[in-house]
Amino acid sequence: MSRTSPMYVIIVGAGKVGYYLAKELIQEGHEVLVMEKDRKIAETLADELGDIVMHADGCEMRSMTEAGMGRANVVVAVTGDDEDNLVICQMAKRQFGVERTIARVNDPKNEALFRELGIDQTVSSTRIIFNLIEQQIETGQVIPLAALKKGEIEVVEADITPDSPVMGMRIGQIDLPPNTLIISVIRDDHALLPHADTKLREGDSVIAMIKSEREKELRAIFSGSSA
Amino acid sequence: MCSRAQDRSRHATEASGVKVVILGCGRVGSTIASSMAREGHDVTIIDQNPDSFRRLASDFSGKTLIGNGIDEDTLRRADVEHADAFVAVTNGDNRNIMSVQIAKVRFRVPKVIARIYDPIRARAYAGLGIETVCTTCVGAGLIRDKVLGREFSGLDEYARLGIGVEQMNAEECGE
Repeated sequence: MSRTSPMYVIIVGAGKVGYYLAKELIQEGHEVLVMEKDRKIAETLADELGDIVMHADGCEMRSMTEAGMGRANVVVAVTGDDEDNLVICQMAKRQFGVERTIARVNDPKNEALFRELGIDQTVSSTRIIFNLIEQQIETGQVIPLAALKKGEIEVVEADITPDSPVMGMRIGQIDLPPNTLIISVIRDDHALLPHADTKLREGDSVIAMIKSEREKELRAIFSGSSA
Repeated sequence: MCSRAQDRSRHATEASGVKVVILGCGRVGSTIASSMAREGHDVTIIDQNPDSFRRLASDFSGKTLIGNGIDEDTLRRADVEHADAFVAVTNGDNRNIMSVQIAKVRFRVPKVIARIYDPIRARAYAGLGIETVCTTCVGAGLIRDKVLGREFSGLDEYARLGIGVEQMNAEECGE
């Protein structure tokens, strides 16, 4: 993360997500502006973060212009209202030509809709937590981390437990589903670049990229369950 | 899919029997709903607050539906799929903008209209297949014309009126 060149990031919405996101980005050396339409929230945040907080409605053209949206590399809309997040991102893109727009989606059903309507990326904490719960209950061993290409490809994490069928096996020996790519093996908090002869140990986390429809096969291989 | 949309739009141009779904039963929404129902059109009106349906005319013969207009399930329950037109007139510009996009993209409603107070947003979203009515501009223009004793100078002129003011304000802010 710290290797990326500094960006100008505009965050709209100073709730908890906006607040922590701003702090993280500042720490990484990025230029950040937080827009918040509630005066009290904006003032409280300004006490801590200084003049990078702007009391303004992020959907208003005037505030967007004032915020210098035209030179923003990324606009992140993380208010609690999906309709506001949608309009902020659409206006940023169409009126200011912002290259990357990211919207928080409160209702997971809106994820696909937002992407269809031109938002580059969506994040639904509801969906992420739901997936975690579902996956944990099902097997506890293959967790989706990210969806790429509109969900056609997934990045998943598989934890190696003592009863994983692949425990102790070399990666080359595992009969993986077609088009599966093992990206990394996380061992003792280090990300290893895996080789065909990397031997899987208990406690390893295997990060793999797979076609979404193959996820169940992968789960069966790593956990032994035939979900 | 395309032919169905064409069928529906042809239907909408006929004088009678238009199927319309209206989101927001405020003063504007209830007035549109009451008058269209009286003319014999098939009207469904949605609002989150059941109390707002009191604004409808006592002879209102259309359907009322309680629900959130930016939820696909609500729109499906209102049978938006088969509507000739969808109108969003809640108090929230963004809510209106989002719901008409759902109606257009998800349900292929041939005619979608959003009431937008903010002239800039109204203009930004017009021309994207969404019809927008900026009541701020229309109201301001009509009143100005009355003050100056002018004839009705037209909706396009009114729309520019709103943009001019906003842009001047933006320039004053130094960009």
